[in-house]
Amino acid sequence: MPINYYIFLSVCLFSIGIVGVLTRRNAIIIFMCIELMLNAVNLLLVAFSRMHHAAAYALDNSTLVGSEAQIFVFFIMVVAAAEVTVGLAIIVMLYRNIHSVDINFLNRLKH
Amino acid sequence: MNGMIKYGYLIPLLPLIGFLINGLGRNFLSKKISSTIGSGVLILSFVCSLLVFNQVTKPGFNTQVLFLFDFIKTAGLDIPFALQFDQLSALFLLIITGIGSLIHIYSAAYMHEETEQHYARYFAYLNLFVFFMLILVLGSSYVTMFIGWEGVGLSSYLLIGYWFSNNNYNNAAKKAFVMNRIGDLGFLLAIFWMLSQFGVITYTGVFAEASTMPLSAITGITLLLFIGAMGKSAQIPLYTWLPDAMAGPTPVSALIHAATMVTAGIYMIARSNIMFSLAPVSQNLVAIIGIATALLAATIALKQNDIKKVLAYSTVSQLGLMFLALGVGSYTAGVFHVMTHAFFKALLFLGAGSVIHAMHHEQDIYKMGGLRKKLPITHITFLIGCLAIAGIPPFAGFFSKDEILTAALEKNVVYYLLGLLTSLMTAFYMFRMYFLTFHGNFRGTEEQYHHVHESPAAMTMPLMVLALLSIVGGWVGIPTVFAEDAHRLSSFLAPVFTGVHHEAKAEHLSHSLELSLMAGVVVLIIVSIFAAKSMFAKEGLTAEKSSSFGKLLENKWYVDELYDKIIVQPINHIASFFSRIIDNKIIDATVNGVGKLVQFSSRQMRLLQSGQVGSYVLIMVVSIIIFFIFQMFWKI
Repeated sequence: MPINYYIFLSVCLFSIGIVGVLTRRNAIIIFMCIELMLNAVNLLLVAFSRMHHAAAYALDNSTLVGSEAQIFVFFIMVVAAAEVTVGLAIIVMLYRNIHSVDINFLNRLKH
Repeated sequence: MNGMIKYGYLIPLLPLIGFLINGLGRNFLSKKISSTIGSGVLILSFVCSLLVFNQVTKPGFNTQVLFLFDFIKTAGLDIPFALQFDQLSALFLLIITGIGSLIHIYSAAYMHEETEQHYARYFAYLNLFVFFMLILVLGSSYVTMFIGWEGVGLSSYLLIGYWFSNNNYNNAAKKAFVMNRIGDLGFLLAIFWMLSQFGVITYTGVFAEASTMPLSAITGITLLLFIGAMGKSAQIPLYTWLPDAMAGPTPVSALIHAATMVTAGIYMIARSNIMFSLAPVSQNLVAIIGIATALLAATIALKQNDIKKVLAYSTVSQLGLMFLALGVGSYTAGVFHVMTHAFFKALLFLGAGSVIHAMHHEQDIYKMGGLRKKLPITHITFLIGCLAIAGIPPFAGFFSKDEILTAALEKNVVYYLLGLLTSLMTAFYMFRMYFLTFHGNFRGTEEQYHHVHESPAAMTMPLMVLALLSIVGGWVGIPTVFAEDAHRLSSFLAPVFTGVHHEAKAEHLSHSLELSLMAGVVVLIIVSIFAAKSMFAKEGLTAEKSSSFGKLLENKWYVDELYDKIIVQPINHIASFFSRIIDNKIIDATVNGVGKLVQFSSRQMRLLQSGQVGSYVLIMVVSIIIFFIFQMFWKI
């Protein structure tokens, strides 16, 4: 399958994420959109990794070139998981305090 | 290195210790202790100097350099901090510590009205002054001399402004300091020039190579050195600080203006005699400036009514004569006159101090008169000082002044005539002061008259010692006219003054001419003394109204006013221009502008922080997109 399809899918996912983050006011939805963006990037990384690895493998069947990106994806997942933990905890605390997860309420932090 | 010279560092060290003790302990030392320490260290230093001098006079003595530590040591530049003991420095050591000790003892009584704290401060300053002066004459290089030179300038500032609550005195101190700085710049430039020309700065190193250097360099260096000497030794055009420096306590005037600081310039030129002898242009300039200063100051002194101002101008005048001697190549005569002048001028200043003390700080000689009965010791010693400075044989001043005049005559008859005129004026104004102070009737208030009293022994004793020295001090330099090889000072100093051209001696004056000139001069001086007596020893004198020329002299040729107009005021105008325009309008505006800009922009940026999470995210996304576009299309 050509790499274009993967790129296209990634861009779509990423755009959906951005639009979601920009337009929605529910903190949990925004959170999910951020995850969507992260995963769009992950998908792109894996796709490029596969592409480069396949090209290098054709010349030398013992090479590891291009496989680093897949390791990198795991890092992103771990970091995203940690981020989710913190973010969800904040949202839970937010809900406990103001009984809402509408981010427009958060502007009172300014005062 | 042997004998006493091994311990020669003690000579400057002792006054430094005295300075530290008195300076640090001024809050809890009693007057007795601080005066004992202050004078004691100097007397000890004098004893050391005597021992050193004794060693220097031994036959077969060679110049010894006592190395103390490296002052600056880098590749290609090696300046040691070392003390040089030879005939010239040993002689100056004796003058400085000897007369310094007498002045310290005198001060102990003169300053008794001060509080403990200021009393100790006074002695601390005096000791510091002597310390730097000793460094100045003992240094074995121009850099070491410069350290002492600057230190002397500093401590003279402190001493002149000792009564700092009086603002006029502070201004006098500042004036002395600034005037000295101008000269110091010349000295400093000379040092740099010597370093670049010779690569060394020690006396031995410089003098050994001086004759191989181009004449232009030697002339330049000596002229710059002379500018330094002008400042310190109060020569035209930098002499105006000295009369103002009379603001300090009278013993300070005696110390600074008789024995030490003002002679530093003479010492420097005498020390550099090898270079000056190589540069006839500089020598002529020294002689011309010297005789001009001597004449100018003598005319001013004719019309001054402040007892200390008369002495101040007479000091400037005598210094001019010393420079004349140096300029005509007779270094021995210059140093000889430094020595005798130190004796009789210290005597006169201390005598004037005794009079001022008796008169409760009255300095106007027209408010005195008839004091000879009330102050017998001061009167006699003061008279001896006046006779010595006037040049009456066999007092000290006669021999040195005669030697200067003879040397001047051998060089140029104009120098001789002007020098003679100066001597006559000196005799006249000194005896004008003497007769106005001690003869005639008392012109002060009734109350003052009852309070006039002879000074305590601590003040009269130094006067008597100095009077004795003013009588016998000249006998070390008896001219060859009277006896062959009787000029012991000349043969003593001969190893130092190797730069003197001996061929000049060929056109020596015949003995009969010299003797008749000498007699003529003495007769003229006696005539001018009697002229002064007939004019000023009368009863019922009042301050005379001056003619237009007298007014010019009374106002010191308006030199201070001239300097004010052409130097001080333009500088003030430039300074106020800089402070109003450059500082306020440009520098301050730039600095304040930066602050204002930051304030303004932060006030605008503040609006971005709305608290709306959505707007933050929008800004973030928009920024990222902008970055992307940059990346894509501009390829930074």
